[in-house]
Formats: sequence, C-alpha cells, structure tokens
Amino acid sequence: MTGVIIFSYSTPPPQKIIGEASRIFYFHIPQAWICVIAFTMSMIYSIRYLKTRNIVFDDRAYEAARLGFLFCILATITGSIFAKITWGSFWNWDPRETSIFILLLIYGAYFALRGAIEVEEKRAALASVYAIFAFITVPFLIFVLPRIVPSLHPADSVVDSNLKFTMGATVRMIFFTSLAVFTAIFFWIFNLARRLHHINRLMLESED
Amino acid sequence: MTSPKTNAGLISKSFAVFAKDIRLELRSRYALNAILMFGITTLAVVSFSLGQSNLPPHLMAALFWVVMFFSAVAGLAQVFIREEETGTILALKLAAAAEPVYLGKLLFNFFLLTVMVTVITPLFFIFTDAQVVGIAAFSAVLILGVIGLCSATTLVAAIIAKASVKGALFAVLSFPILVPLLLTLVQATQKLFDNGAFDAVMTEMQFLLAYAVVMTTGSILLFKYVWQE
Repeated sequence: MTGVIIFSYSTPPPQKIIGEASRIFYFHIPQAWICVIAFTMSMIYSIRYLKTRNIVFDDRAYEAARLGFLFCILATITGSIFAKITWGSFWNWDPRETSIFILLLIYGAYFALRGAIEVEEKRAALASVYAIFAFITVPFLIFVLPRIVPSLHPADSVVDSNLKFTMGATVRMIFFTSLAVFTAIFFWIFNLARRLHHINRLMLESED
Repeated sequence: MTSPKTNAGLISKSFAVFAKDIRLELRSRYALNAILMFGITTLAVVSFSLGQSNLPPHLMAALFWVVMFFSAVAGLAQVFIREEETGTILALKLAAAAEPVYLGKLLFNFFLLTVMVTVITPLFFIFTDAQVVGIAAFSAVLILGVIGLCSATTLVAAIIAKASVKGALFAVLSFPILVPLLLTLVQATQKLFDNGAFDAVMTEMQFLLAYAVVMTTGSILLFKYVWQE
C-alpha cells in the first residue's frame, strides 16, 4: 500500500489532459471494484445462510456489507472530487454515479432493516432475503440507466474496445498493484472482522 | 416441499387467501382509504401549485409517478402488517403454505393498486393539462407498472411486518428496489404524453414485463424464508 501511494505520486500523472488530478484514479477504481465484490459476497453469504441456517454466514454477510458500504462511500467521495475537476461539478447523475447512489441506498436500507429487528435469527433471515432481493435488481439498473443519460465515464480507461490495455507500462503496473493491494486489504479486514465475530460468539457461548 | 396434491390446489388456495383479504378490506376499507386519500391529497397539491401553467411532458410524467408511488406506499404494506397486528398470522400459517399466501397477497395488492390507478389517473388528467393520444398504450404501461409495483413490494411488505418500525421502513426498503421500474415508467409515460403510441414504448414495455416476471419469481423463491420466521 505504501508503495502504491509513493509511486502514484512520484511517477508522471497517468493522463496528460487532466494532469495531476488524474492520479486519483489509482484509488478511485479499486475502491469502486471493492464495492462490487463486497456486495456480491454479501449476497452469496446471504444465500448460504438461508440454505444452512448457520449464523456464521450471516455475520459474514453483514461484515461484507459493512466494508462494502465503507468503500462505497470512499469511491463516491473520490469520484465526486474527480468529477468536479474533470467534468466541472461534483454530481452529474451520470449512470455510474446513479448506480453507486442506489447501491448506497440499498446498503442503507439493509442496515436500517437490521437495526429494526431484535431477534438474531429473525434479523439474519430477513436481512438475507432483502440482500438477495436487492441484488436481483442490479441487472435492470445496468440495462436501464445508460439509456436515460449518456455516460461521462470513459469506457476505455482500462481496456479499449479490442481488449488491449490502454495504459502505459508504469501506469498499468501501479494501477494493478493498487487493485491487488486494495483487494488484499479488503479481505484482510474482512478476515479480522470474521474472527472477531467468531471469538465474540465463543465468549457468549462460554458465558451461557 | 409441496406435494403434487397441494400443487393442484395452489390457484384455488391463492384465491381463497385473496378472497379473505378482499372481504376484510371491504369491512374496514382501511388500505383503500389510505391509498385514495393520499393520492387525491398529493394530486390536489400538485394541481394547486401548477395552476394553469403548461408543464413539459417529462415533468408531467415524473409528477404522475411521484403521486402514484407515494399513494401506493401508503397502503401496500398493510397486507402483512394487518395479519401481524390482529394476531391472525399464526392461523394463516396453519391454514396455508407459503406460496398460496404470497400469491393471494400479491393479487390483493394488485387489486388495491388497480383501484388506485383507475381513480387517480382520470383525476390527474382533469386536474392537469396532460394529454395522451395512445390510450391503449398508456393503459398497457399503467397495468405493467402496477404489476411491477406489486411484484417488488409484496415481499418487502412481508419483511417489514416482522420489524419494529414498520411504516418508515417500507418506503426505505422499497425505493432502491423500485428505482429501475420508476425510471422506466417515467420514460415511457413521457413518450406517451408527447403523443407517442405503442411503437414508441415497445422497449420500455418489454423491460417492465421482464422486471415484473423476475421480481415475482424472486419473491416466490424467497418468500418462504420470510414466512417461516
């Protein structure tokens, strides 16, 4: 991570027209990527919970959602700053901005639902159902949004239409290292949270 | 899992649940009153503030669905909350399996929203200057919209009936799920207010249909987990 931060500032900016500000993309894209991974993981653990009724899976779904929410906020903030500099305003209702906004709403609704139910098993089951149900709507969003407003996001920032990398070698190296490091950090925190939950459960059991 | 014997009676059982809810609703008319009063009030506010000004179609379409969405939210959650509050949910659990209950409630919500649409839509045209040429296409979009709204919100209603703060939670949980539906409905309605006919809204109608089918299927698969709690 330290390496990524140092190199992302010491090498020339990745995009000539935007200049210095384009360095933010080393952080913005990995964060958005984690958002999607976390949301998917949360859904998969929800399905596994409903299948097995093992409360451990609900803990994991919850932790994945919590981390996903954090990265979602980070991606929204970095994206918003980036948007102000490149497109002139903090918020434009570009399709991806809209979808991350809806993702934030879904996460918010998920936590609101969890907060409103006292009994643990009930909370786990209902929250799992909602997580899965909300995930089903994602394909519709992907279909419907780009038809309403044209995207300002470049489609060719990572790969172009021929699936060739569009970045220079240095930029590419820093970008993919950043992606890998962010993913590693996500799984590391996720693992810590998972173990903490596990220990808490063991303690509760031994108290009983 | 359901045996072949119960499968055969699925439709009749669903209708039994539906008929029971209709009978209850006709006695109290609670959900219908809530929906209609809410719709008429918001519509009146919209009409007052518009005055004689002529809005462009896209604003008209957005206003129309804002009125519809909030009126629907006012009453749709009732189907399951009522069962929870009167304590009849245990009896219903004994009497029927998850699928017929879900389908019955879905039908009942569909009935509520159909009444809402048939009352509010003419009033909307009276109060505002909106006009549609393709009435058939407009009705089709309305029906698909109503089906989409029910298919997505009935499961959410079942979820929030178990939670402690019911009313506020329903809108919070439904909105993110309904966003793709509402955006498409607004888009289709805008085209129709702009003198479009069937051809203009074909893709939107396909989308609405797909949404309703997927959400209903998802709900049927997931409902039993909610129902068991």
